[in-house]
Amino acid sequence: MERKEWPLWEVFIRSRNGLDHKHCGSVHAPDAKLALQVARDVYTRRLEGVSIWVVKASDIVASDPDAKPELFDPAEDKIYRHPTFYQLPDEVNHM
Amino acid sequence: MVADMTQANITTPEHIEYVLRLGDNALILGQRLSEWCGHAPVIEEDLALTNMALDLIGQSRLLLTHAAALEGKGRDEDQMAFLRVEREYRNVTMMEVPNEDFGRTTVRNFLFSAFQVLLWERLGASSDAELAAIAAKSLKEARYHLNHSAEWVIRLGDGTDVSHARTQAALDYLWPYTAELFAANPTDEAVAAAGIGPAWGELEAAWEAMVLPVLGEATLVVPARTPFKTYGKFGRHSEHMGHLLATMQYMQRTYPGATW
Repeated sequence: MERKEWPLWEVFIRSRNGLDHKHCGSVHAPDAKLALQVARDVYTRRLEGVSIWVVKASDIVASDPDAKPELFDPAEDKIYRHPTFYQLPDEVNHM
Repeated sequence: MVADMTQANITTPEHIEYVLRLGDNALILGQRLSEWCGHAPVIEEDLALTNMALDLIGQSRLLLTHAAALEGKGRDEDQMAFLRVEREYRNVTMMEVPNEDFGRTTVRNFLFSAFQVLLWERLGASSDAELAAIAAKSLKEARYHLNHSAEWVIRLGDGTDVSHARTQAALDYLWPYTAELFAANPTDEAVAAAGIGPAWGELEAAWEAMVLPVLGEATLVVPARTPFKTYGKFGRHSEHMGHLLATMQYMQRTYPGATW
């Protein structure tokens, strides 16, 4: 008998309305519907969420870990990109 | 919950019997599903099956506590669950037959959770307020159990040759046991007349309308009805029940009154 492993699905949970879905782990499942089902059973047993996304792990395009130096290091000395050099008027409260 | 029981004055043996059937169905199937803990085919389903076991045991705690209150002999949920003898359990026989494999476990969950969904929907309007509240909570759980098992029945039935054969064998084995759910009996009649809950036979047509399309989609053949009868809900159980109870009751019988 041919043995096939189930594909891996990445699971994202929204913990409360108004918050973003956050990656919380992964599950194995034969298809999308069952992936949602097992994600519910594995990751929402303690009231962790109000919404679940699952994405086939193979559909996620990821950056190359070896490319870290050229991708991310050049940002290191460009602190002027943080919006911390402005004098904010007092009326602007929540920046 | 006994507190405001003007109801206690009018509690009938049939009322207690009916609640016991509900509680024991949940208890015994919960016990069976808990046997999968650490043994399911994949970790995801291990969690799913034990989640469902816990849902069912939670339902049985509420129901057995309620039955004990109606009975009024001062028994608690542990005494109801662990210290009765085999003939005092009122679950239908289908609940106690062995899990066998993932196929039979799934088909049983499917056939029973469809029944439970219909029953809890009706019991939401029970004249017994406590029972109505338990039904409202349990309905959500049963709906999930139904979704979970229906999706699996379809995939297993309409899957590989092996999964199809096992699922068909499970359906062939379990189908005759479903007749007991709907068999007419005086308890059901009395309870229906009192507005406490439906006679289970009333649910048969709706149940078939619910399960047959899924079994069809799963490419499974529904067996013909046979004269085979079981009587678990009258306390006459199969040879499997004693073994199940020995395991389930061991701790409470060895260390009476133990709590944790």
